[in-house]
Amino acid sequence: MLTIWQIVVSLHLWSPLLLPGPKSVAQSLVDGVRNLSLPVAVLASLVRMVIGYGLAVLIGLCAGFAMARFDLLRDTLGGAAVGLQTLPSICWLPLALLWFGLNEKAIIFVVVMGATFSIITAVDGGIRNVSPQLIEAGRNLGARGLALQFRVVLPAALPTIVTGLKLGWSFAWRSLMAGELLYSEKGLGRVLTLGRDLGDMAQVLAAMIVILIIGLAVNRLVFGPLENLLARRWGLVRD
Amino acid sequence: MKIRITGVCRRYSGGQREVTALEDMNLEVEEGEFIVVVGPSGCGKSTLLHLIAGLQQPDCGEIVLDQADQGPPVLIFQEAALFPWLTVQGNVEFGLKVRGVPPAQRRAIASDQLTRVRLRQFADAQPHELSGGMRQRAAIARALAVDPPVLLMDEPFAALDAQSRDIMHQELQRIWSETGKTIIFVTHNVREAVCLADRVVLMTARPGRIKSIIKVNLPRPREVSDGNLAQIAHVVLDHLREEIQRVEQEEFDSGWSYQESRIHPTGADDLADRR
Repeated sequence: MLTIWQIVVSLHLWSPLLLPGPKSVAQSLVDGVRNLSLPVAVLASLVRMVIGYGLAVLIGLCAGFAMARFDLLRDTLGGAAVGLQTLPSICWLPLALLWFGLNEKAIIFVVVMGATFSIITAVDGGIRNVSPQLIEAGRNLGARGLALQFRVVLPAALPTIVTGLKLGWSFAWRSLMAGELLYSEKGLGRVLTLGRDLGDMAQVLAAMIVILIIGLAVNRLVFGPLENLLARRWGLVRD
Repeated sequence: MKIRITGVCRRYSGGQREVTALEDMNLEVEEGEFIVVVGPSGCGKSTLLHLIAGLQQPDCGEIVLDQADQGPPVLIFQEAALFPWLTVQGNVEFGLKVRGVPPAQRRAIASDQLTRVRLRQFADAQPHELSGGMRQRAAIARALAVDPPVLLMDEPFAALDAQSRDIMHQELQRIWSETGKTIIFVTHNVREAVCLADRVVLMTARPGRIKSIIKVNLPRPREVSDGNLAQIAHVVLDHLREEIQRVEQEEFDSGWSYQESRIHPTGADDLADRR
């Protein structure tokens, strides 16, 4: 990848101002870390993610559970969730700006909107697909009400729910970047906009790399191992 | 007398037409008795177990359990229905955990039951690591752990290979005589029924009713390969033939009939006490 990049740059098809080589991008990365602008931006973005994604998980789990329990909710809210999932969450930004003003809340709202629906759908689907026999076995052995939900239904649905959480994470990350690009005072998206405004393509590419790495790292280091663990313990794959 | 089933019926509304799964079911089961219910597919055998387990409610009639305070009967499923996220030990402890039994006591009871089904060394395994027969033994241990007065078994060995099934027949007879539990066992395998039962209850095809009850007075432990057992199995099969034919005719194209050329020793009825 790096070699191809360097070759393309060496061909001088585009001005180095528009397509900087790996070396100047790496330099920009190092500078960004040195003068703390990148770490600060990463921190700002991650704080928004933690809040927005956290809220989305909370809402998604509650709404998903409720939908799985009550058919009426599923028929109404469920259809809406699937429909709204197809709406790119950045489309909520104008509305959010009017509701919350030009502040953190608006961006976090966009993040929540980006992640919630896929989590709701996964939780609902996961719970509905729990084998009725496992539920019968649980009831028959004396688990009722909440005990049944937490000791049988939730663990049985967990693999599907985790897949939904993973999906929700990438949706949330995309929504955050879109939100930060369009409007924000700090964060990785802001670094991108700033790079564009200053005509500093090295900075733009450096920010893109950081965004990619964080997205990948969370999938690889958090959801990957979690999914593997579940698959092994639940016996979904043989290793 | 342990269980009294009087005038029980159960209907399902499947799509547009209503299906009567059980009709006018009457049965009395003695304490410690081993009852095997046999019938063609769709005769409401599983429904009967679900009703006795309290997982479904009858549409009419009633099911009375003696000493109902000892907890509900525990149902053992064909696919074992172990919880995949728990270890074998965790599965066996499940019923005790939801009853709030303290951990030390739970572990002790679970160990005892795993020893009984000879699975102690697999206590820390996950269910998917076990063979079919081992899973069924784990399910039996899980059921016995809560010490139910009645064990209900819904074709528990149907998915096992022949060797494992033979072993399970021996194991189940041993466990039954050791624990003295009342067992109601459902199968469509006539030999299995005769091998295990004190009384074989024959059911009719849709709607499910009791066709006849056959008492099996063979010494235990029995083996499926036993000649006397095979003779009684023939008798049971003869009773069932008509019912099987009725079901199959619904499922095959017209013009099909159960093969009429079967030969069986006459006088086999002497071995069976028909009611």
